[in-house]
Amino acid sequence: MKLDELTKTSGEWLRGSGPETDIVISSRIRLARNLARFPFPNRADSATRKEITDLLGTSLKELDRPNPLYVWDIGSLEEVDRQLLVERQLISRDLAEKEGARAVAISYEENVSVMINEEDHLRIQVLNSGFSLDECWESINQLDDQIESKVTYAFSEQFGYLTACPTNVGTGIRVSVMLHLPALVLTKEIQKVFQALQKINLTVRGLYGEGSQAMGDFYQISTQITLGLSEQQLIKKLQEVIPSILEWERRARKALVSANREALHDQISRAYGILQSAQTISSEETMHLLSSVRMGINLDLIHELEIPTVNELFIHTQPAHLQKLHGEKLESADRNIARAAYLRERLGKANEEAE
Amino acid sequence: MKKCSRCSKIATLHITEINDGKVDELHLCEACAKMYLNQPPDNLDEEFPAVEAEFNELLEEEDSEESLAEEVACPSCGITYKEFRSKGRLGCPQDYIVFKPQLLSLLDNIHNATQHTGKYPKRAPEASQKQFELIKLRNDLNEAVQSEDYEEAARLRDQINELQQEMSDET
Ligand SMILES: [Zn+2]
Ligand SMILES: [Zn+2]
Repeated sequence: MKLDELTKTSGEWLRGSGPETDIVISSRIRLARNLARFPFPNRADSATRKEITDLLGTSLKELDRPNPLYVWDIGSLEEVDRQLLVERQLISRDLAEKEGARAVAISYEENVSVMINEEDHLRIQVLNSGFSLDECWESINQLDDQIESKVTYAFSEQFGYLTACPTNVGTGIRVSVMLHLPALVLTKEIQKVFQALQKINLTVRGLYGEGSQAMGDFYQISTQITLGLSEQQLIKKLQEVIPSILEWERRARKALVSANREALHDQISRAYGILQSAQTISSEETMHLLSSVRMGINLDLIHELEIPTVNELFIHTQPAHLQKLHGEKLESADRNIARAAYLRERLGKANEEAE
Repeated sequence: MKKCSRCSKIATLHITEINDGKVDELHLCEACAKMYLNQPPDNLDEEFPAVEAEFNELLEEEDSEESLAEEVACPSCGITYKEFRSKGRLGCPQDYIVFKPQLLSLLDNIHNATQHTGKYPKRAPEASQKQFELIKLRNDLNEAVQSEDYEEAARLRDQINELQQEMSDET
């Protein structure tokens, strides 16, 4: 598996299949785990960190799985490749930017990624398309068992799996789903969603970064408690609340259509038009317009384009992806030109295929 | 710049509240927003403190008068509780034993719990595996009773009795 191949494909989780994919982009579960006999990464000296990385890298490579894991030493990657992995949600910004020995193990389909020496020795992640938390749990639980048969985890009868930060101790789990909520943003009802979720101790994050104005109207809803509730209980908590948010978004979409179908259709068509013909375009504007177009497809206002294509464009128009496609480093202004050219090409093709 | 509707600082959070068709615009500064968002819900029985925002606050607020306990260092990694408080990250797995008294109250604040009830390693000795299973079943039973699923509760109770019997037979 080569990193360069990634720019031609998109991860399984973007394929736009599975339940509720008009709104739920992906489901994700992560587990934080640590080895019993080493200090946590922040307290380990560089030789120890190297030892941990080698030990875990080797164990992960050797797991007997239908979809084997490929291991990359993050420190020896070029900056653009590290950025590429961040854009594809396979590693955290923190892992990309920190110092010292660290690695990531990824499956070819990109559903599985295991970060080594992030905040904890292991951050195991499983990512699936659509609203599919049960599948995520089944798969990550199995992978966790497999890893545990090779190494000894730090575990206490009282506190469960021990983690560098007490906010993660216990199950070490974070259960999340990524939602596309353009209508709730347009109708300004999104704050109410935030409040409702905060009250039941779930968090909301934008797709990129921590700000409340998510890029492209993508929001990640996650659990935060890790102690005192079982994995299944936490998963259930999210499974119970998400349907009402979906219902809320669908209602807002309907309200927008019935309030002024022409205006909405016009806005969406203009967004599509700009993406098809712009000569230079920023990442922010692209995300914003793609979000309109994505909603347009789901509302049957745009026909010649498919959801997986749009999902892919969100990722492929990010800076590192564009630079990989171009094979050279591009400054911001050149990136905007390259991004517009790429969008014209991809959306032109979509039109030809539809005809 | 809009001013906070509860004090006079600059508002950073803008909320549109719709109650029975009435639209209210709320502009809040960071401090007031935090209070607003942490208000107890009207119709939800489950409530915990918001974890991440409060975690750092808890660390800062903790009674730093117990300066002696603050200076005790983990024999394994050398970190003191004071250092943990300033960084927010522990040094090694042993710290959960060394700083147990302080961590218990911190964990209770963050998670509203101090006992793990989830998955446990398959490698654990059989006796402790059964112990974990028992904790997990009791937790499930609690939930079943709370959600008035009495059929499930009865089933769990049988399972718990069976397991307890098994464990006492062994000793
Ligand atoms: Zn205020
Ligand atoms: Zn220690």
